[in-house]
Amino acid sequence: MEKWYWWIILGMAIVTYIPRAFPLTFLEGRELPPLVSGVLRNIPFAVLGALIFPAILFVQEGNLLFGFIGAVAAFALAFAGANVIIVVMGSIAVLAIYSLIG
Amino acid sequence: MTFTNGIRAGLSIAIGYCPIALTFGLLAKTTGLSMWEATAMSMFVFAGAAQYISLTLISTGVDPILIVLNTFVVNIRHFLMTASLNEKMQPDARWKKAIYAFGVTDETFSVLATQKRDNIRTSFAAGVILISYGSWVVFTALGHVIGANLPAFLQAAMSIALYAMFVGLLVPSMKGNRKVALLALFGAVIHCALYWSGLLSTGWAILVATLGSAILVEILYARKGRVA
Repeated sequence: MEKWYWWIILGMAIVTYIPRAFPLTFLEGRELPPLVSGVLRNIPFAVLGALIFPAILFVQEGNLLFGFIGAVAAFALAFAGANVIIVVMGSIAVLAIYSLIG
Repeated sequence: MTFTNGIRAGLSIAIGYCPIALTFGLLAKTTGLSMWEATAMSMFVFAGAAQYISLTLISTGVDPILIVLNTFVVNIRHFLMTASLNEKMQPDARWKKAIYAFGVTDETFSVLATQKRDNIRTSFAAGVILISYGSWVVFTALGHVIGANLPAFLQAAMSIALYAMFVGLLVPSMKGNRKVALLALFGAVIHCALYWSGLLSTGWAILVATLGSAILVEILYARKGRVA
């Protein structure tokens, strides 16, 4: 298998690059129908929902409570108006304290 | 919206990538990849989930062709992300877009796509991507060389970082904007339903949940607009 590693890396690099580069270069300068453009503008928020849930609950295997506490901390900080870096550092701090005392 | 602003905006990603890349380097070593192979994978592929899965497949001796195919499926959601990002970025030469396209990940996409302003400068994107990419590559190599993780409690706590970042990006846009809240809610609910029903693998599930939510909400609002 070892001799295949470089070929695997090359293959993975190519198939990862295609979905990244094709839309950005192909769609450059093209006007899309309003409905399609509307759907595309919705993607960021829809994808954030799908990226956060359910995965945030599984950050520690077999311990849903750990992820739940992290999620509560992150949402609480964000709704309180903290900026992104504070939300990140604050959630890490809450979980670090929780694992040290828990 | 300069390069430096981009670096600053990408800092949360760099922090979040640190524990994941360290672990990837470490796992790659135990899987049998050399330091150069592990680092090269992070340099040329730059896709966390796909890289992790590939290690599992390599260690179980799966056919290299299948590993590459699986990588494609896992990353198919990037079609949606870069098509969406294209609406947000400043028009620019195709070769420049072809270069920064390489750096579009779930995380860099999220930071770029949730910027308040449209017409994001290419230099800003370059900043976000470079600091994220740097963290990913450097910590992969370090994980392999040191062969150890952060202290257990810190490693565990830091695993929340990227999700906390997603939350930190989402919530400000959600406040006072019911459409954004609805989009995130539908995306989350559909993904959870697909996950627990076991209908689709993760790569497809995120794609279907995202597209489903984006289309549903768009139709809902288009109809509402016509009635009003």
